[in-house]
Amino acid sequence: MAYSDKVLDHYENPRNVGSLDKNASNVGTGMVGAPACGDVMKLQIQVNDAGIIEDAKFKTYGCGSAIASSSLVTEWLKGKTLDQAAEIKNSAIAEELALPPVKIHCSVLAEDAIKAAVADLKSKQVGSKEAA
Amino acid sequence: MNTVFFDHNSTTALLPEVLELMLPLMKQQHGNPTSRHVFGRNARDAVELARTQVAEAVGVQASQVVFTASGTEANNFAVRGITANLDPAQLLISSIEHPCVTRPAMHMRTSGWLVNTINVDAQGQLDLAHLQALLKVQTGLISTMLANNETGVLQPLSEVSAMARQHKTFVHTDAVQALGKVAVDFNALGVHAMTLSSHKIGGPLGAGALILDKRVDIQPLLLGGGQEKGLRSGTENVAAIVGFGAACALAINSLNAYQQLTSVLRDQLEVGLRQLNANIFGVNSAKRLPNTSFFAFPNVEGETLVTALDKAGFAVASGSACSSDSNEPSHVLLAMGIEEDLARGSVRVSLGQHNTAAQVEAFLVALKQEVQRLKAMTAIAA
Amino acid sequence: MSDRAPIYLDYSATTPVDPRVAEKMIPFITEHYGNPASRSHPYGWTAEKAVENAREEVAKLVNADPREIVWTSGATESNNLAIKGAANFYAATKGKHIITVATEHKAVIDAVRELERQGYEATYLEPEPNGLIDLEKFKAAIRPDTVLASVMLVNNEIGVIQDITAIGDICRANNIIFHVDAAQATGKVVIDLESLPVDLMSFSAHKTYGPKGIGALYVRRKPRIRIEAQMHGGGHERGMRSGTLATHQIVGMGEAFRIAREEMAAENERIRMLRDRLLNGLMDIEETYVNGDLDHRVPHNLNMSFNFVEGESLIMAVKDIAVSSGSACTSASLEPSYVLRALGRSDELAHSSIRFSIGRFTTQADVDYTIDLLKNKIGKLRELSPLWEMFKDGVDLSKVQWAAH
Repeated sequence: MAYSDKVLDHYENPRNVGSLDKNASNVGTGMVGAPACGDVMKLQIQVNDAGIIEDAKFKTYGCGSAIASSSLVTEWLKGKTLDQAAEIKNSAIAEELALPPVKIHCSVLAEDAIKAAVADLKSKQVGSKEAA
Repeated sequence: MNTVFFDHNSTTALLPEVLELMLPLMKQQHGNPTSRHVFGRNARDAVELARTQVAEAVGVQASQVVFTASGTEANNFAVRGITANLDPAQLLISSIEHPCVTRPAMHMRTSGWLVNTINVDAQGQLDLAHLQALLKVQTGLISTMLANNETGVLQPLSEVSAMARQHKTFVHTDAVQALGKVAVDFNALGVHAMTLSSHKIGGPLGAGALILDKRVDIQPLLLGGGQEKGLRSGTENVAAIVGFGAACALAINSLNAYQQLTSVLRDQLEVGLRQLNANIFGVNSAKRLPNTSFFAFPNVEGETLVTALDKAGFAVASGSACSSDSNEPSHVLLAMGIEEDLARGSVRVSLGQHNTAAQVEAFLVALKQEVQRLKAMTAIAA
Repeated sequence: MSDRAPIYLDYSATTPVDPRVAEKMIPFITEHYGNPASRSHPYGWTAEKAVENAREEVAKLVNADPREIVWTSGATESNNLAIKGAANFYAATKGKHIITVATEHKAVIDAVRELERQGYEATYLEPEPNGLIDLEKFKAAIRPDTVLASVMLVNNEIGVIQDITAIGDICRANNIIFHVDAAQATGKVVIDLESLPVDLMSFSAHKTYGPKGIGALYVRRKPRIRIEAQMHGGGHERGMRSGTLATHQIVGMGEAFRIAREEMAAENERIRMLRDRLLNGLMDIEETYVNGDLDHRVPHNLNMSFNFVEGESLIMAVKDIAVSSGSACTSASLEPSYVLRALGRSDELAHSSIRFSIGRFTTQADVDYTIDLLKNKIGKLRELSPLWEMFKDGVDLSKVQWAAH
């Protein structure tokens, strides 16, 4: 399988690898995929008081395209609002990385991971507002 | 003694420039094209380049080429594979096909197919009126060769295809002997499947191809790893395939020169043959290969003459190589209505691009001597 | 990056042609051209003599009679010819049931599946977790109408050696034709067909330092085994297999098998040392598993799974070595290896497996480089892996509810 230069770059030098404190109230965690399917993506976002994503981290068990997709979205997420983040589409990821058809599911997974992280964060925020 | 090779329809010497391309693929770049590492990817690239070269030689897209191990395999694949996915009906072959078409065709009788043969005329050309009559019965497949290996006579494939289209019948042609000797255009011929072979055009033994129209639904002969899009399993013979591709490219480039050279030599040969009162077969057909001359002398046994010529330093054939184990007279000549005795005397000269006028001249001298000697012996015996 | 990267450790996918083999082949490509079936001129004669010499060499390696060796275009064709040819010939007298093993090469599995479509029935035995067949399960699979059994000698993915003597004895006792795919076995294990109760055996040249595109099928003469030809034509190979023979490739196979016969004992010892060195080095890495039995196994093969690392990213990470994940013939698909799954490995471990196959030109430096590379890259990938993080945090991954996608 021929990988694009961008995939190779993200694979060789993945951006924003790591973990944030998943219990922090301003951190949202999305974990999607399953080991049996060959991909598990964990994406975390941290927002500031203005609701802007100020940090994003990932860990991915998966092929080069899955790693590159998650690495790429951590770059894209920074500086976005939650609503803007939720608008990131898998097609944009696939296009940016020039993913071949058999690897489109990796970009879908990344989109799902963003949505899951945003949803997690929103549920925490709702919870904390209710608590307050 | 340097034997002169006049048996190019049997097999050809590998072209040196083809060998040069093949060697690295056996030694340093030896990958299995299915492997994903760099060895495998390089092997895959080499196979795909060859696929393009073979495709260009007959005017098709690379995706229409399925590589096989030989022409025989491609013919078996076409005949058995196409019929296997159709409801049993009539299967038509010509009466001058190679056994690797005839035998698999006959095998389809066990699956309920009605197998009939299309006659040829006295010049070895397909009898289209007979084909027309045969097509009154529902026919699934017609398999008929483009150029006959023994006579070199070219068959009216475009007409066959036109008739087949009216009856919604598939056409396969064994073009093994035509490739590299005349221009072959898959689409112009209107066929649905075409067999090619590498070692008849200066490529190595061990590679052949079946060219397929995309509408043909064919069942594979070999099952396994799913190579060739599932149509032909088995690790690709990378070096042979690369050689095949290169030989195709060279053959197409040198086609005009080849035709020029061989037809001049063939004409020179046949002038001499007529002076010796030989019967030349198919000489009045509409179109022949430029390199082939098939002839016989009355009362001279072909096998004996071939052996005598061999001792005199000329490699020629009697009948086709594949059937030279047996002493049966050429089935092609019998189909043309040639008497059995004369057919038994048949000798085939098939020229190549490295033959010369001097060789032809020397051959005619040796031939005259041997024919006279053998006739004298027969006369004594009689 | 090693100065000779990538290092080739994929000898089970294909081997380079041994230079000595290439030397032998070249004259037959360039000078002695001729169609071996052309009896009438010396070009043909020289080719025929070379073909018969090669047939003897192939026969010698496996202690068979040269008349029992039929040339084919490769092991895939040999397997197809043996299975379809024998089943078709004996079905009428014996029956239409076939026994094979789930871990066979695709060429065997798919040929049997084709027969199933034609009305045969088949049993695909599941091997034990070590990859070997339980003989009692084999016996239990036998039916009165079992016509054919096909079991490979050496598995292409995990290198385990089946007990074909015992299986063959069972087949003999039950009047079952026994076919063995030995494509991965020649030059690696001693094969003595004089004593082995095997009726048909498939060989490949390009797994034993010969050229691609040539193989052979052993067809026993005493007692005589019959097969129905699958390729029809000029009646070459005593009617069992038609098609012009590629003289240079046959010559190459003969020479490759001669070298194998003369050198395999010493070569296998050297390769065993290299394999053990590789095994010991890689076992230093945590959460690493060997797939398949280590004792009943050719020394050339090491198949390991690296837990919590995904297979494709692993292959990308080790691109300086040429290895396979799963078998070469199926690695175009993204499915995990069906062989490893048949051993009961989880999808994850099947996905993260690497087959290292060592051969004639592998050096100790290659092995040491490979060990260092794997240690380094697996460490990096685990840094990236959420599964590794969870494992290290003590999470039981089998209890996690994964969000399906």
